[in-house]
Amino acid sequence: MTTVTTRYPEVWRKRSLRETVIGWLWTAAVAAAAVWSVSMLDIEWAFFADAHEQAIDLAQRMWPPRWSYLSVIVAPLIETIHIATIGTAIAVVFSVPLAFLAARNTTLNGFTWAIGRALLVASRSVNTVIWGLIFVAIFGPGPVAGIAAVAARSVGFLAKLVAESIEEADRGPVEAIESTGASTGQVYLLGILPQVMPVLIGTTVYRWDINVRESSVLGFVGAGGIGLHLYASINQFAWQQVLIVLAAILVIVLLSEALSAYIRGRIT
Amino acid sequence: MSSTAYPSHWRPPPAFFGNRRRYWIFMAGVVAYFVWSLSTLNINVDRMLAGIPRAWDILVRMMPPDFSRTQLLINGMLESVQMALAATLVGALLSVPLAIAAARNLAPRPVYLAARGFIVVGRTFHEIIIAIFFVKLFGFGAVAGLLTLAFASLTFLGKMLAEDIENVRMGQIEAVRATGAGFAQIIVFSVVPQVLSRTVGVLIYRLDANVRHSTVIGIVGAGGIGQTLSASFSRYDYDFAAAILLSIVALVALGEWFSDWVRRKLR
Repeated sequence: MTTVTTRYPEVWRKRSLRETVIGWLWTAAVAAAAVWSVSMLDIEWAFFADAHEQAIDLAQRMWPPRWSYLSVIVAPLIETIHIATIGTAIAVVFSVPLAFLAARNTTLNGFTWAIGRALLVASRSVNTVIWGLIFVAIFGPGPVAGIAAVAARSVGFLAKLVAESIEEADRGPVEAIESTGASTGQVYLLGILPQVMPVLIGTTVYRWDINVRESSVLGFVGAGGIGLHLYASINQFAWQQVLIVLAAILVIVLLSEALSAYIRGRIT
Repeated sequence: MSSTAYPSHWRPPPAFFGNRRRYWIFMAGVVAYFVWSLSTLNINVDRMLAGIPRAWDILVRMMPPDFSRTQLLINGMLESVQMALAATLVGALLSVPLAIAAARNLAPRPVYLAARGFIVVGRTFHEIIIAIFFVKLFGFGAVAGLLTLAFASLTFLGKMLAEDIENVRMGQIEAVRATGAGFAQIIVFSVVPQVLSRTVGVLIYRLDANVRHSTVIGIVGAGGIGQTLSASFSRYDYDFAAAILLSIVALVALGEWFSDWVRRKLR
């Protein structure tokens, strides 16, 4: 009788003792990381005291919105979308050869593969806005720097996903075209490219809608688009204009997201 | 005679468009778009060409990268990582109630709509725009950055978690409810076990994303390495900027590797 009660406890427990201890250790480690992070940031807690007053003050200054400003920002809004679209288009052109270079089965040798991978990492690790900072230093302020920044960041994004799909491409069509005596270039163009086309188009459209969102802030570093007007309005404390700009950004980002989702839905 | 019926050259059929006419209409549309957009953008070709020697000049001045201001570099990077870590945790804690409110199968309809609206609007704005407002409310520095990343994590994690909660199997919820469990007990014993492993994966992914974003929000004064980078660019201090850029690339690559590693282990 006693042996049965020890083997089968009266109360059901979700975890064994060992699992509980490990769980608590993980929680403690995460808590320690949080405490360490927050304590090292030397936070000025006094700022928290009047934050809600500041927020109410800001909201009052924003109302009513200055509708007349809407006519001023139509052109910059269109410019924002152009920056995203042209930047994405340039990125597509460069990403296809880069993807073939960075895919293990189509690259020339280990060295070119390493170069391809390094370019992918460099392009993807630097944020669009930081690319903007660099290209403003090169081309001067304006939409050209913004287009270059969007393209520089998107190349790595597109090429990485296309390279993965090249590595997973079906060998059948490739061998079929090889057996007709086609050159390597023809094999890539007719055997592999059609297979990765859906991925290329899908990721391009997806990246385009991310780029519309990114382009909305490129103006902060002088790289063109609506961000320039947002930044100027904030610096002039013209909060009634800021509200209009934010509403406009909300609309174009939501529209581009909906369009992108619709196109991707039609493809797959 | 019959050679006219069979062309001696094979032409690949155009993908996606069905026939050649639709393909050309699409291409004409693309060309028309570029003509229109490039004409409105007011691009100065001379200035673009002048940029090429300038790019070379900047590149030369970036070499070799100047890692001598180690303290400044380490402090900035450390602050970015700390902001990312703390923001992920704050965002994760706040996202749980938001996700429950935004799950169609758990929340009443008005609550669901309000929570979804909050998520949609919150996710629309770029981190830098959110950072401006937190800088206005909390002053320059890491607090604004921490809150920005926490807000961005909250809406992202809230969305992902809400979708996972909507996909849970109702059978287990009913089974736990049949034992007489309350709302909180249903969440803890039937919802949490179903969504936990995926949520940890998403959380790690978000930590990685926060590390990336923490390097950029400093441009509007929200702390981290971005502030140092932006300052070095405006002082034409390109060799230090190159050192910062290389450090960011290394940090982001490390974060991505860590995130991939953890998510592979979870699967």
